[in-house]
Order: sequence, then C-alpha cells, then structure tokens
Amino acid sequence: MAFVEKKLPANAPIAAKALNWVDARFPLTKLWNDQWGQYYAPKNFNFWYIFGSLAALVLVIQIVTGIFLVMHYKPDANLAFASVEYIMRDVPMGWLVRYMHSTGASAFFIIVYLHMTRGLLYGSYRKPRELIWLFGVGIFLCLMGEAFFGYLLPWGQMSYWGAQVIVNLFGAIPFIGPDLSLWIRGDYVVSDATLNRFFSFHVIAIPLVLLGLVAAHLIALHEVGSSNPDGIEVKENLGPDGHPLDSIPSHPYYTVHDIFGVSVFLLVFSAIIFFTPEMGGYFLEYNNFIPADSLKTPPHIAPVWYFTPFYSILRATTSQFVYALAVGVIAYVGLVVTKSRLSGFFKLVAVIIGAAILVGFIAFEAKFFGVVLMGLSVVILAGLPWLDHSPVKSIRYRPDWHKYVYIVFGIAFLVLGYLGVKPPGVWGSAHLGGIELDIAQTISQICTFIYLGFFLLMPWWSAMGTPKTVPTRVTFHPH
Amino acid sequence: MTIEKQVDPSRRGLLIATCAAGGVAGLATAGALVSTFQPSERAKAAGAPVEADISDLKPGNMKVFEWRGKPVWVLKRTPEMMASLNKTEDKVADPKSEKTYQMPMPEYCKNQHRSRKEHEENLVVVGICSHLGCSPGQKFQPGAQPSLPDDWQGGFLCPCHGSTFDLAARVYKNKPAPDNLDVPPHMYLSDTKILIGKDEKGEA
Repeated sequence: MAFVEKKLPANAPIAAKALNWVDARFPLTKLWNDQWGQYYAPKNFNFWYIFGSLAALVLVIQIVTGIFLVMHYKPDANLAFASVEYIMRDVPMGWLVRYMHSTGASAFFIIVYLHMTRGLLYGSYRKPRELIWLFGVGIFLCLMGEAFFGYLLPWGQMSYWGAQVIVNLFGAIPFIGPDLSLWIRGDYVVSDATLNRFFSFHVIAIPLVLLGLVAAHLIALHEVGSSNPDGIEVKENLGPDGHPLDSIPSHPYYTVHDIFGVSVFLLVFSAIIFFTPEMGGYFLEYNNFIPADSLKTPPHIAPVWYFTPFYSILRATTSQFVYALAVGVIAYVGLVVTKSRLSGFFKLVAVIIGAAILVGFIAFEAKFFGVVLMGLSVVILAGLPWLDHSPVKSIRYRPDWHKYVYIVFGIAFLVLGYLGVKPPGVWGSAHLGGIELDIAQTISQICTFIYLGFFLLMPWWSAMGTPKTVPTRVTFHPH
Repeated sequence: MTIEKQVDPSRRGLLIATCAAGGVAGLATAGALVSTFQPSERAKAAGAPVEADISDLKPGNMKVFEWRGKPVWVLKRTPEMMASLNKTEDKVADPKSEKTYQMPMPEYCKNQHRSRKEHEENLVVVGICSHLGCSPGQKFQPGAQPSLPDDWQGGFLCPCHGSTFDLAARVYKNKPAPDNLDVPPHMYLSDTKILIGKDEKGEA
C-alpha cells in the first residue's frame, strides 16, 4: 500500500499541518485519544478515583527530583553520608529537592495504599480487570524495592541496619540462603559493594521496570475501561455514538477533576515538605542522621512506616506461633477438601502441599516461616481476582456484614502497622494460666491470622449472604 | 499444500541451530553478569585475624572489636554474672551449644560459660544476632525493665525483633533468633591480649 498523507487545505494553520505530518508517521493523535482525550470513563467516580492520577504525579516528582539528587550524591561508603549532608546544607535549594524526594516516597505509599483500598472496596480487580490488578501488584513490588534500595543510600544507621536485616531475610531460606545473602551483599557484611549495587538498582534497574509496568497498567486499563463505585460494566449500555451512556470523555471532564485533586494534594504535600519534612521521625527516621556504624545497632530499629504491617508479621512468627500455624494449615486443608468445588486432583494437591508445609514446620526454623509469611502477605494480593467469589463487585451491593469483615481486616492491617514501628513488648506482658504472654506479640499474631484469613477464606465468605440488587445504570446525581 | 507454504527443512534446521547457539551465548552473558554480584577478590582478602587488647577491661564491662567487618564482643563477667548462667540454663533454647549459626563452635568453648578454660570469665562472641543480623544491645542490669521479662538475669536484647540472650550469649527459648551467638576461633596471646579469628588449629 502506498503511503497516503491526509491533504489539508493550503490555508490550514501551520500547527495543524505539522500535526498532520506527524500523524502520518507516528500515531500521536490516536495515542492521545485512546489513552486520554477520547477515553470514556464512568461519570460516577468519587474521590477514591483520584489516587491513580496522583500516583502518576508522584512518580514524575520522584523521577525528576531523583535525577537532580544523583548529580550531587556519591555512592561510596566513605562519602555517601557526607554527600547527603552536602546536598542538605551546601547545594542551593538542595534541601528542597531532597525533602521532595524523601517526602515523595512516603506520599507515594500513602497514595498507593489508598488506590489499592479503592480497588478492594469496589472490586476493581474483578474480571475483566485481572491483568490491570496484576500489573498493579507488580508496581507495588517495584515500589517496595525502590524504597528499600533507596533507603540505604544516605548510609545512616537505619539505612545500614535496615539493609542488614532485609538482606539476611534471604539467608533464612533453607540450603541456599547464606550463599544467596552473600551474593546479594557482595561482601560478608553490608559494605561499599552493597551500597554501589543498591544505587544502581535504585536509579536505573527498578525505575525501568516500574515505568514499563506503569505503561502496561494504563494500556490494560484503557483497553477494558475503568470500573466505577457501582461495579457496573458501563459498556453494556452504549449510546448511539457507540460510547457508553454513563461515561464521559476524560478530557476535559476528568482533566479538570484531576487538576482539582492535584491542587489539594500539592497543598498538603508542600505543607509537609516545608513544615515537617521528617514527619516526627516517620518519614525520615532520627537514627538515620547518625552515620552507619557496622559495630553498633541503634537501640530501636524499625523500618519506615510503609513496611511495618509486613514487618510485624515477620516479627510475630516465633517458634511457638508455628504450632498455631500448623493448626491453621490443617484446618485450611480440611476446609479445601470438604467445602470446595475443586476437582479431586486439586484436593489431593492441597493435601500434599499441606503435608509438605507441616513437615517443613518441623524441619526448618521459625525464622524461615517468618520470611515466608511476610512474603506471602504481600504476594497474596495478586490472588484477589480469583479469591473473590462474590456475585457483585462493589461493596455498595454486598451484604451489610461484609463491610464489617473489611473493617476488621483494615483494623488488623493498621494494628500490624502500628506495632511494627514500636519496639518489641510495647504493651507489656500478661500472665495467662502460668504462661507469660507478650501482649503486643500475641495481638500481632492474632492480626496475622486475620490478615491471611481474610484472603485465604475469601472464596467462602465472599460468596455467603444475599447481595443487594445491582442497578443497571450507575448512581449519579448531577450537581 | 501449495509450493509457497512448504517448509525447507534444512533452512528450518539451520534456524533452530542458530537460535540455540544464540541462546547459549545469551545465557553465558547472563552468567557473567550474575557472577559480578559475588564478593570481589578484595572483599575476600579482607579477613585477617585481629588482636584485641583487653588490659583496660574491668569486670562487668564489654569492649567491641571489629573482625571481618563484624562486631566481636569481649565481655569480662563478674562472679555474679557467671552464677546467673545456672539460672538461665533451662530457659535457653540450646544450653549445650549444639547448633551453630555461621561458624562451627570451637570445641574449647563448648561449655556452660561458652569461653576458654584459662579465662572462663571472658566471653568472646560475634555480636551478630542469629535472626537477621542486627547487633544486640547490652542489658546487663538484672530485674524487670521495658521489653524484658520480670525475672531478667542480665544479658543481651536484640533491638530489631526482641530476641534475648543470656550472659553466655545463649538465645532464650521461643524467640525469633534460632541459635546462640557465634563464638569465633580465638586464643590468648597473653592475659590481656586475645587473637580473634585464629586459634591453635589455624585461621578460621
């Protein structure tokens, strides 16, 4: 087929001609229309739907500020700490760029947790949006990697010992563990070699993967279309123009809507950067203003707040807790065998896996299972599209008691997060029938059960109860 | 089948062979990249034994020395501290030091006080928690205090996940840390000089 370029009138504006020239060679207008300009989104979005755009904004902030930080930072164990202080004190406006980056990290997690909560409440992960959700889980994992690798770079005490703990997590894996953590560190202790490779991961490797996943997340979203608070497929009611009746084009409607959200966010974000950039030790921990010392762990070390729910699960897994886990595994396999619609083959597989886990409980140390549970508590999110068997997507039309399940889960998650920033034994101990119980530890163990139970039992509880009638058109009140 | 769609088997074979050869080269390259992650020769070489001077160490006090980038503690225990080991004997997970963490337990330290006979009171251990590698803090004061049980006998508390150790660096039962702290090979050059990382049998 011969190359055909659309003919514009001779008196067309020069900009139109230029765009026409480009469009014939690269689908610029088509991309814009597919991804935003003519992307029809449901008109009943509420405030929960702002966090996707905000996450994109913070991603840009992190990349741009990161580029400028790298111009002054030195990834060398002898120079790193001083170079960060140099950025803070001597580089003109360096403190602002650094605080934007460090506050941006926490803001990113706040936004992403809210974005995920939205998905959970309105069933945004349900068919046909499974891949959007999976790409999203991938983005979350990349963010955790970015946060972890980036936290080593200032080479403070928290950087150092945080990295020491997390790298040693891999050492808990049976057989290959010690060699694996040695390989990750590149030295027998966290050292210059570790700092250099973490720098490389933080500034190039993970960001590349992250950007790829963000692109995949958006392409998949704009392919199947956004869900909405009612969990209705708007594409089932098309208007004469072929667009869903309940949808509006993103531009200009959601452009304006998102600019408003961005303004509110930037107000809060700036207030934090200018008035409380360390956020009382939660965004930047006080111990990290002490240079790394390989001979002395600070008296209280805790990860940054966004990791603490998972860290609590790790800390809750003691050798006695493994007995409780064993009972849980037996009960769960029993449930799968007697109360599921799986075929006999999969039931047999479940029994074999359950037996293998029980053998593992005896053969391996509790710390290995702490690592396994912590990993599981993150990656189990990926299973949501297949764990949720509710006939309706949105929380609005679920049976009322489902809301309490979500609230209990949310509270358990927050309690785990709170206990994770506190030192061990923060709530004292209680004597129960001659046994001394660490109250905080026992509560985090209960919350671990609630957290994992929420997901693992979801195939059963989500299908129970009578859902309310889902309307055929979205709930929308024009203002 | 029409003539155009027939596969030329010799060319198909060549294609497969080319892909296989390319795949091998790709894997070898990946292998090279993966090996750059291993400790460098310089890192491997930096493991020499260190001399620890304990002439100014008073009973009940501890000094920290750096060996292979890790903290090595030398704690000079008082007679009361030594006596506390009898009380913790049934509370620790591995009183006889039968399990090991990162290095084999030297035979000459396989006893209740986990130290060499000639200087029983001196505890020499690598101050790295067997859970996830933090360095536990000193909690030598016996009695109830935050994060510790009421019948605390003195010992060490790991700040990261709350593992506790007695004054012979033996881990308490039901704690995240599975093993006692490592005792490095060591020997006395004189009453006040310890060589860490080397004993009569040679370097660790």
